[in-house]
Amino acid sequence: MMPDNTFKRSSIVAIWVWLTLFALLPNLLVLMTSLMQQGDNELVRLQLTLNNYWELFDATYFKIFWHSIDIAAVCTLVCLVIGYPFAYFLARTESRYKAILLFLVIIPFWTSSLIRSYAIVAILKTHGILNSVLLDLGLITQPLHLLYSGVAVIVGLVYSLLPFMILPLYANIEKLDIRLIDAARDLGANRMRVFIRIILPLTLPGIIAGSMLVFLPAMSMFFIPDLLGGAKTMLVGNLIQNQFMSARNWPIGSAVSIILTALMGLMLVIYWRISKNRKEQQGLL
Amino acid sequence: MNRLGKFAYLTAVYLFFYFPIAVLIVYSFNNSQYSLIWHGFTFSWYQQLFADTDLQLVAVHSLLVGVLAATFATVLGTLTAVSLYRYQFYGRKLLHSLIFILIVSPDIVMGISLLILFSTLKITLGFWTLLLSHITFCMPFVSVTVYSRIIGLDKNIFEAAKDLGATDFTIFTRVIIPLLWPAILVGWLLSFTLSLDDVIISFFVTGPDFNILPLQIYSMVRLGVKPEVNALCSVMFGLTLLIVLASQLALRKKQ
Amino acid sequence: MQNIIELKNVAKHFSDHQVLFNINLEVKNGEFLTLLGPSGCGKTTVLRLLSGFETPSNGTIIIDGKDVAGLPPHLRHVNTVFQSYALFPHMDVFENVAFGLRCKHLSQDEIEQRVAEALRMVKLEAYGHRKPQQLSGGQQQRVAIARAVVNKPLVLLLDEPLSSLDYRLRKTMQIELKQLQNQLGITFIFVTHDQEEALSMSDRVVVMHDGTMEQIGTPREVYEEPCNLSVAKFIGEANIFDTKILAADNKTLQVEIENKLFILKNRKKFTVDQTVHVLVRPEDLQVWSPQEVTDTQDMFAATVEQVIYKGCTVDLMLRLLSGKQLLATQFFNEDDEKLDYSTGENVWVNWIPGWEVILPHDA
Repeated sequence: MMPDNTFKRSSIVAIWVWLTLFALLPNLLVLMTSLMQQGDNELVRLQLTLNNYWELFDATYFKIFWHSIDIAAVCTLVCLVIGYPFAYFLARTESRYKAILLFLVIIPFWTSSLIRSYAIVAILKTHGILNSVLLDLGLITQPLHLLYSGVAVIVGLVYSLLPFMILPLYANIEKLDIRLIDAARDLGANRMRVFIRIILPLTLPGIIAGSMLVFLPAMSMFFIPDLLGGAKTMLVGNLIQNQFMSARNWPIGSAVSIILTALMGLMLVIYWRISKNRKEQQGLL
Repeated sequence: MNRLGKFAYLTAVYLFFYFPIAVLIVYSFNNSQYSLIWHGFTFSWYQQLFADTDLQLVAVHSLLVGVLAATFATVLGTLTAVSLYRYQFYGRKLLHSLIFILIVSPDIVMGISLLILFSTLKITLGFWTLLLSHITFCMPFVSVTVYSRIIGLDKNIFEAAKDLGATDFTIFTRVIIPLLWPAILVGWLLSFTLSLDDVIISFFVTGPDFNILPLQIYSMVRLGVKPEVNALCSVMFGLTLLIVLASQLALRKKQ
Repeated sequence: MQNIIELKNVAKHFSDHQVLFNINLEVKNGEFLTLLGPSGCGKTTVLRLLSGFETPSNGTIIIDGKDVAGLPPHLRHVNTVFQSYALFPHMDVFENVAFGLRCKHLSQDEIEQRVAEALRMVKLEAYGHRKPQQLSGGQQQRVAIARAVVNKPLVLLLDEPLSSLDYRLRKTMQIELKQLQNQLGITFIFVTHDQEEALSMSDRVVVMHDGTMEQIGTPREVYEEPCNLSVAKFIGEANIFDTKILAADNKTLQVEIENKLFILKNRKKFTVDQTVHVLVRPEDLQVWSPQEVTDTQDMFAATVEQVIYKGCTVDLMLRLLSGKQLLATQFFNEDDEKLDYSTGENVWVNWIPGWEVILPHDA
């Protein structure tokens, strides 16, 4: 018989060793790399410098950042506008088919984004489905060149990331106490007021969680702009990929990654602040 | 909003989700190389697919990594979830946050960080680096899945077990695993899917000798829309569908 | 306006079962009315019909003289205090209480004044900036009340508001709620399954059972003159003797109970051969030790099975020769020579004639 503490001890040690080695250490290395200089043969010269970060303030890099934030923001907004009502209706439905409906949302969530993006390519390309249908119906005379454009990238991103907005929202809305809505109506609130003053504030953690799960990947999933935007669209993800693979400038690539991580950190702080408040409030119910 | 409106909205979004994939699947049976016009039903693309030996090797690689990564990630993830729930230890809150951060982290950040790690430790990129990376990014998902189930248990069971003389290990094997096996299974299935589908992290950490399906698909789709690719994607989608079905059935099991 | 609310032939059914059958009720303006009954009797449904969260399958609901069919909750001048309080967790106490007033677009000054007044009434003036989760259960409950009454509704509906409070707090709140109602003069409709609560607070009690209103009356009427067995058993304890009427005329009737003949007042005009329940409340039973009495002709012989000491009273479980069990409640009383019984003791039991209630056997 194992002494009681061994199992507990070894579990905790195993977990920490693994995470330190493969989660904490690598990120530390990224930070260090971002502070180094590009070496001749592939990597780095062990010379600490903040140069890389200064370089990033250069106009070209700045444009890429800005463009990425722009596209990611649009994508997040579209996902929110489409996803929130969807999650709300789904969470509030009393249909017997609720389990099946949820299942139908989970399938896209589990399916490879690559495959789903490819499906969008098939539809949007010049000789693709959309154009054929529109031409056949006589709605257009010339095929639309939708592929390799900002629009296509956004469509592709929204298509891939919508489930990531819906599921956290769904989880959050499901937990909403319906008695609060009853109480508000009892006190004289019409539907609009109930939504703005009660539902929206209380589902805010879900909105933020969903936004995080959409915004960050939207900036960093390089294969979507690659497939759908062509060479014209370079987002942060493509930039990092480029620096690590082609340009072999790991320090710059690391610096960009650190900035992306910092952005994620910011969003996490906001999320924690808001959900801490909500958690205290949930304790009430 | 009235019921019809809600129903219409939900249907529209569902169509949005499934239409492109349906198109893909339909055209994988189209008896034509390039055209979009329906030229008849054919299995030829699938036959080509399954006859492709290079592709078979790549598929085996993916499945191998998938199964191994899922298994190890499930073990680690389950231990994490149980430890977080049951034990008080130094750094507990930090661990909780770390798991959350790992899930929210963009893949690319994880990908390059692991690349730098392996490069610093002078480990050649290939099977092992891929496996270790996959275990790392799958493990938090298992942890979250199992944890969400474990908090639904009656806390008193553990006290009762201890009262009757069980060690932690016994509690783990005789109480926790039997009670939580649906969540653990779902964790495994989720990890397997994530591993099978991963593009970004694998892109950075695998070597030229060890190719995997998603990267293969990536290079194929960059060349354009082709029926063989349609067939391959359809197969992958079908596989995912089965896995999701299995996981939902597992979760449906009441203790 | 005499009747602030009228329910006429109201019925309600959900897809698989009927919850309310033919409800008729007139609620007087300014009264404290309690709907009393076990879980599932339909009392909460009545409340929800009044507040507008459910629509009746049949019948009319009239509030303040107007038929409210089709009127949604936020347009009715009726407010509810929910069982779980349903305080908005993301707003502080002030904003919670002000919510209804803000919906009416009142001026900030007026809102502040009325909220302060409402908080004063529930003795929470200093708590305006606290969040609900920082308050105790009793305080949360008061906020819920303040939030409802600040809107000066025609009727206040209270859905088992005290059920989650501990004993002492519940007793305090009962008194405070009654005082509040007196102060405000608003009609209160109170729902509870606790009959002691209903009796102590109400002007009138409606006893409900399985979707029907069995009896409507003052607490005294309902307790001392229950109209059927179900009401009698739900409110207070009862010793019930089933028997048949042997002889009857306009004034008296004769029954046999435990092999003894009794002649009782015939208030409800029973006739010969009718089966009836003769009901005696435990506090109306008199228990005597053999030394205390001489004429035991109209008394039952019994053995004490259990003595339950309750502080201000003593309950005695008694077993008659026939095997029937009775419950007697004895009050400590200087006049009573003996109040110290032990199990196994033999005693005599009777009641003062006239204190029984005779009920028809259909219940």
